Amino acid sequence: MEFQISAKAKKTIFGVIGVGLVAFIIGIFQNSETPQLPTRILSNFLVDGLFFMGIALGALFFLALQYATETGWSVAIKRVVEGVSSYVVVGAIILVVLFLVLTFTDGGWFGALTNHGHHTGHIYAWMDPVVVEHDTIIQNKAPFLTKGFFWGVTVLYLGVYVLFYKGFRKRSLQEDLEGGTKIHFKNFAKGALFLVLFGYFSSTSSWHWIMSVDAHWFSTLYGWYVFGGMWCTAMTTIMLLILYLKKKGHLQAVNDSHIHDVGKWIFATSFLWSYLFFSQFMLYWYADIPEEVIYYVTRIENYKLIFWGMFMINFIIPMLILMSRDAKRNAGILMFVCLVIILGHWADVFMLVMPGTMGEFGNIGFLEIGLFMVFAGLFTYTVLTTISKAPLMPKNHPYLDESKHHDI
Amino acid sequence: MADRVIYAMYDDDDVLKDSAKKLVAEGVHISDVFSPFPIHGIDPIIGVKHTRLGIVAFMFGLLGMTLAVVGFKFFMIVDWPMNIGGKPNFTLLQNFPAFVPITFELTVLFAAHGMAITYLIRNKTLPGMPADNPYPSTTDDRFVMEIRLSENSKFSGTELQAKIKETDIIEIEEKDYVVVK
Repeated sequence: MEFQISAKAKKTIFGVIGVGLVAFIIGIFQNSETPQLPTRILSNFLVDGLFFMGIALGALFFLALQYATETGWSVAIKRVVEGVSSYVVVGAIILVVLFLVLTFTDGGWFGALTNHGHHTGHIYAWMDPVVVEHDTIIQNKAPFLTKGFFWGVTVLYLGVYVLFYKGFRKRSLQEDLEGGTKIHFKNFAKGALFLVLFGYFSSTSSWHWIMSVDAHWFSTLYGWYVFGGMWCTAMTTIMLLILYLKKKGHLQAVNDSHIHDVGKWIFATSFLWSYLFFSQFMLYWYADIPEEVIYYVTRIENYKLIFWGMFMINFIIPMLILMSRDAKRNAGILMFVCLVIILGHWADVFMLVMPGTMGEFGNIGFLEIGLFMVFAGLFTYTVLTTISKAPLMPKNHPYLDESKHHDI
Repeated sequence: MADRVIYAMYDDDDVLKDSAKKLVAEGVHISDVFSPFPIHGIDPIIGVKHTRLGIVAFMFGLLGMTLAVVGFKFFMIVDWPMNIGGKPNFTLLQNFPAFVPITFELTVLFAAHGMAITYLIRNKTLPGMPADNPYPSTTDDRFVMEIRLSENSKFSGTELQAKIKETDIIEIEEKDYVVVK
């Protein structure tokens, strides 16, 4: 039995996108008087673009990890992981368009000036030659923070991600037809190669795409922190999708043990993220060097609730609720935890971008919620479309039998 | 009357598992299985309840965490406030980030050691404790099922033996049940 997007699901997805669009437009009109509006819109596109791209990349990484480690149990959920990672194509297009806009507006500058006549309101202030002219810190970060280098590596990152996704998907479908172990070993090699590339790219791309929002500040742990969040959200999304598909009567070979294992991944990656959050926070807090600690001062002074709230949500909720074995096998509890920590990790990406671009003016209103809904609808539609295009259970994978009898 | 027990010996874990499934389906209650290594999937067949060791670990973790918090509250805040790099040294909450690593370490230390020691005590396998294994060969290459007559009042000893002999055993023995310690 193949999975098809039901008419009801389609209606829901387009409903969410429609309501989101309306909310987004209401948000624009609500804030049309504020000088921060262009910055706010662009920041939101960056937040949602990166957040959903992060989910797809986390899934792609997880897929490569399963290939490189020749993991058996996860074969039964392979198509779900592929489905989630299929958003990399759409996500890459959205990011390219957004980066083009930012490049041609000198980092998102729409003519906002301070009282002293300085340019303000950038997303990437380092893209504005007027700012860089008087800023030796950014000058010293050239050539890393220049438009040319940014674009060179961005094309490289996105190209590698899309190509590897296409390759994994193609070989996965080919394996269904051909069988044998040739494709398996090719996936093994490509998976290992992707892990190496992603190890570098996940860090450097987060420096370019996100950390450069606060161009004066830097953290050596940043890439890992962003990656931890991506991975956790990806596992959460995979779990939600498995629960949805199982509820619809698909994925019969996926039993409690598979779900338990994905639950363990959510638990573990939540800890990974929390650990990295705290490692970064504590070192800056302890050293208390003004140029470093400013990053946290802006966040804690202006966004106290979101900043601590998202840490509590992303750390305490998975820790306390998912600790027991029974909870990781209970669809209702998992559904609740997954939905909550997806919102928590969205707030995390919000915290990565917004305080740097909007300063004290950032807020969560109609605009933010609306655009999130639009992106969520688009993401869900892309993922479900991919899933409906191939049988949900792979055939001929060498470890398929092991996965079917997975029992822990 | 003293409790009698039947020991059935097998030479393969899969054979034992299949035999156990068959015997349980016929209504036999298997008290225990002795094996040189954990047999995957035997617990639900013979009706062993899921371990509560995780709960013990959690409680030991809580204990460790509490001790850590109480400890550094007393050492660093109450008894002898230390000024380290100008950090606020008279409140626990504002100083907390500095104490998180030690809290984490003590939590892990207590959870891990508490869990391991509880496990050894519960299994009566602390170093120096006498072994209560009925057949030493089950630590090498033999697998033994323990079936106590008092837990199988439906069947007589001979009936049970007949049932067990239908499976691929290599040895069977009925004797008085002795608790080693």
